[in-house]
Amino acid sequence: MEPKAIFEAVKGKFGEAVVELQEEGFRPAFVVVSPESVREISLFLRDDPAMKFDSLMCLSGVDYKDRFAVAYHLHSLEIGHRIGVKAYLPREAPSLPSVDGVWPAANFQEREAFDLYGIVFPGSKDLRRILLPEDWVGYPLRKDYKYPEFYHGIKV
Amino acid sequence: MGAHRPGNAPPEGRQMSHDPAHSGPAPAVGPVSLGPEAHVMVGNADKFINWCRKSSLWYLLFATACCGIELMQTGASRYDLDRFGAVFRATPRQSDLMIVAGTITHKMAERLIRLYEQMPEPKYVISMGSCANTGGPFYKDSYCVVKGVDLLIPVDVYVPGCPPRPEALIDGILKLQKIIEQKRNFAAKA
Repeated sequence: MEPKAIFEAVKGKFGEAVVELQEEGFRPAFVVVSPESVREISLFLRDDPAMKFDSLMCLSGVDYKDRFAVAYHLHSLEIGHRIGVKAYLPREAPSLPSVDGVWPAANFQEREAFDLYGIVFPGSKDLRRILLPEDWVGYPLRKDYKYPEFYHGIKV
Repeated sequence: MGAHRPGNAPPEGRQMSHDPAHSGPAPAVGPVSLGPEAHVMVGNADKFINWCRKSSLWYLLFATACCGIELMQTGASRYDLDRFGAVFRATPRQSDLMIVAGTITHKMAERLIRLYEQMPEPKYVISMGSCANTGGPFYKDSYCVVKGVDLLIPVDVYVPGCPPRPEALIDGILKLQKIIEQKRNFAAKA
């Protein structure tokens, strides 16, 4: 299916929760959705016989300075089409539902987004820091991150 | 060399044995257990001990990045670190030398210090490659990389390179052997 057709199908099912289709400069195109409905839309994209997006290729956090985003890259091994899903989040307390019940591979990547951007995924099986030490302060990939002077007495 | 004991000359045409049981009755005085040809080396104890230490540098497997691949190369048959008596150990408790091969992050730093503290004395450290020396490509702008392993533990030899070739690492080990040769274990410290 073409991105346009996927967008129309998701829009027809979820209405207001689907905001727009970003085609310019993105491959695959992104379907922008509201953060609250990410889990329902993910389940639909995975289980609908016309979609069958059984593989979450990548889940990434993005910092646009005025807001955050979480981008999902989906691939259907059976049908062979791809689509991106994106949800914009406010800069204060960014949070959106976890999809690790939909695609188990999402868990590590959500933990990475939590570790480096501070995006919280309620409903996750295990949301801890994954790369940095447990007692690290701050989220280093945020644009406004300030490096600490010392960590455990060692100069950074 | 063993001295001939008076009154007990060896028989003509017979090879002398090192075994005291074949060399006649023992005298009342002198080193009884040593035969007439017992091989005794007289020398400097420092020299002997340092020779032992430098010739069996067992190194800890501590490879955290691409330098680890060169370390494996160095240990494998083509470059053959075994010929210098250096073999790898998978535990710090059997190691004399820590080759820090790779980038050390702040998360790894605690583990590195713990491993170093578990090694028995005397212990030596070779810092291998730019990352372990100074932080390397991560020096300028990184929140997570330790800018040089000498901030954590004392380093004996720095091997430059990114990563160093096996020849460079072997040169580092030979340099370390030179350092060990100069150690004085018994004499008063200068």
